[in-house]
Amino acid sequence: MLSNFDFGVVTASLPYLFGQGMVFTVTLTALAAGMGVVLGTLIAMARLSGVPGLKHVAKVYVELMRSLPLVLVIFWFYFLVPYIGAWVTGASNPVQVGAFSSALITFTLFEAAYFSEIMRAGIQSISKGQTAAASALGMTYWQSMANVVLPQAFRNMLPLLLTQTIVLFQDTSLVYVLSLTDFLGAASKVAQRDGRLVEMYLFAAVVYFAVCFSASFLVRRLQSRVAIIR
Amino acid sequence: MQFGIARRGLAVALGLGLSLPGISARAEDLTGTLKKVKDTGAITIGYRDSSVPFSYLDGDQKPVGYAMEICLKIADAVKTHLKLDKMEVKLNPVTSATRIPLIANGTIDLECGSTTNNPDRQKQATFTNTHFLTATRYVSKKDKKLDKIDDLKGRTVVSTSGTTNIKQINEANTERKMGLTILPAKDHAEAFLMVETGRADAFVMDDVLLASLVAGSKTPDAYTISSEPLSKPEPYGIMLRKDDAQFKAVADAATKKLYESPEGKALYTKWFEQPIPPRNINLKLPMSEAMQKQLKSPSDSPDPAAY
Amino acid sequence: MNYNWNWGIFFEASPEGTGTYADMLLSGLLWTIATALCSWIIAFFLGSLVGVMRTLPSKAANAVGTAYVELFRNIPLLVQMFLWYFVLPELLPQSLGNALKQLPNAPFYTGVVCLGFFTASRVAEQVRAGIQSLPRGQKMAGTAMGFTVAQTYRYVILPNAYRVILPPMTSEFLNNLKNTSVALTIGLLELTARARSMQEFSFQVFEAFTAATLIYVLVNLVVITAASFLERGVAVPGQR
Repeated sequence: MLSNFDFGVVTASLPYLFGQGMVFTVTLTALAAGMGVVLGTLIAMARLSGVPGLKHVAKVYVELMRSLPLVLVIFWFYFLVPYIGAWVTGASNPVQVGAFSSALITFTLFEAAYFSEIMRAGIQSISKGQTAAASALGMTYWQSMANVVLPQAFRNMLPLLLTQTIVLFQDTSLVYVLSLTDFLGAASKVAQRDGRLVEMYLFAAVVYFAVCFSASFLVRRLQSRVAIIR
Repeated sequence: MQFGIARRGLAVALGLGLSLPGISARAEDLTGTLKKVKDTGAITIGYRDSSVPFSYLDGDQKPVGYAMEICLKIADAVKTHLKLDKMEVKLNPVTSATRIPLIANGTIDLECGSTTNNPDRQKQATFTNTHFLTATRYVSKKDKKLDKIDDLKGRTVVSTSGTTNIKQINEANTERKMGLTILPAKDHAEAFLMVETGRADAFVMDDVLLASLVAGSKTPDAYTISSEPLSKPEPYGIMLRKDDAQFKAVADAATKKLYESPEGKALYTKWFEQPIPPRNINLKLPMSEAMQKQLKSPSDSPDPAAY
Repeated sequence: MNYNWNWGIFFEASPEGTGTYADMLLSGLLWTIATALCSWIIAFFLGSLVGVMRTLPSKAANAVGTAYVELFRNIPLLVQMFLWYFVLPELLPQSLGNALKQLPNAPFYTGVVCLGFFTASRVAEQVRAGIQSLPRGQKMAGTAMGFTVAQTYRYVILPNAYRVILPPMTSEFLNNLKNTSVALTIGLLELTARARSMQEFSFQVFEAFTAATLIYVLVNLVVITAASFLERGVAVPGQR
């Protein structure tokens, strides 16, 4: 049966699959994770701030994002972002946003909700005594956050943040619905062009598995190291 | 090479055309897309993955095709019209489902592919002169022995989401009580794949796209296209943003010039009657009478009866 | 913003002729719910089995359980969808493969199986964590009572473990519900797919997606409320 399959099509398209597809996927994952963690931390701080309006807006935002399927959110932002851009800049016409930027904004905003939940737990894991000590030393809120709370929260939550990044890496495959050329998009374009679905999809699965499996293995090792330091 | 000459020819043509009243806009009163292109120095073309031979990815995964060439001419015309030394042409992939929102929200300025120009869509976007005419039919495997619309009764059919064709088959399904299961696919390649792998019995689409999908398949002899059409031949046009008269005037003038010149005929021959990339397939689709008429006196009407 | 709002669109007839656009979204919602429930049944039982395997003394059972979880967790759901839908029938003997393709509602069955297997790996992790969170004394008590391993799990460990993991299981259930939307890539006409086709037919992008968003939020609220009732209903009196 397998003799009917031609895995040569995989080798022939490797430069395209990795040079374009994987680069898109990895760049998108890295940038969205970085920006998502920053935004997520800000949201977590807003939720824990105790400022009435701010607290509630942050909560509603997180809950809303978490109750929607990513596919729907991708559609939403792909069509909506140019209008938001026009609104922000006050332009009369929708602002042109490229496919990559649009995907980046979508994933940043979506994953920030998930990262914020992790960071919230991280901030809460730092004992109240430490913030009290910081303010006793005359530190402002921002100083104590930046110098005392957040560094520890990040370190405690690093394994979880990285695990969520692996999830994000897998989730980026959903830009397929917009016909963008991420790794899976590239694989499926070749698959459809050459009628070699079985080979291409199996290959894509193997690559994703190899990347995610090794990444989560590393995260687990890191986790045990972080645990010892504490 | 061929391209360079063609571009210069068009630039001359447009230089002459500038004295026409419709497109004599001066720089200070530019609006809409033209103003944006002038300000940003870039124009964005939306292309399709698998609308062979209109707009599709070749062997190097670069968008090429009949409609792509027309769009590049329009882009050149814009550049000349705005007297820009340099203008970047950006490319953005679109699907049947995303093209109209992306035109509306400004992600793309020109949609180059196989978009049917009809009154419904005129409410959302506008179209320049028609570049092709095609009717809705379906493709199926020969061994299923399907030929008429009614042969599909009770079967599973696939069509591309966001197209007029899926709307038509849905309407036919209701009117004729056909009991179809209609699957929406993301693009034409995926839809054809459903028929190829036996996931669907037939793929309902514009006949020209079906013909090129069959010609490009591994076993072209295994497929047949229905003889009974589901619709009259409908016009394809390059889609532009609505309410943007200045931009449309430039696009209309550029396409009119192109279609009326011998180059229009040559472009048709290049993509429909000669081997095309990536696998040097010849679609062998001689120009229909309606199409010849269209090239002689270009029209942008959405009404099939106008052709 | 030059966008023509039209909230009345929901009461206009859809081109499918079977009703209004609102009916279209509603039928999508029903498919979403049906897919979510059916796949959850698979996920719950298979996931429990795998999760239990990972806590058994047997090395072989452990290895199988771990392999299962790693395999299904490290491949994107969308890729798994394609494997089940496009690849599996080609790998089976031809007659069986063809029968599979001709199945009516194939996207639904494929979606259910795919989601079931995918979510099972996540359920397994919850079940394992739940079991491991119980005091070791419980297992020993079961053994002391003369229970077999199966009996210990059935009567002592699992009833307690499930109570512990009810909150994370609720969020897995919600994840599973949201993940049904990925099946639109294989042609399942669930809620997101319906919102998308409504957008394509009517061109009212924002109305269609707003409606879908509200429906998802509503379903989430219903599930969360139901889960909290369930939690209260099954709580062991005096244990908190």
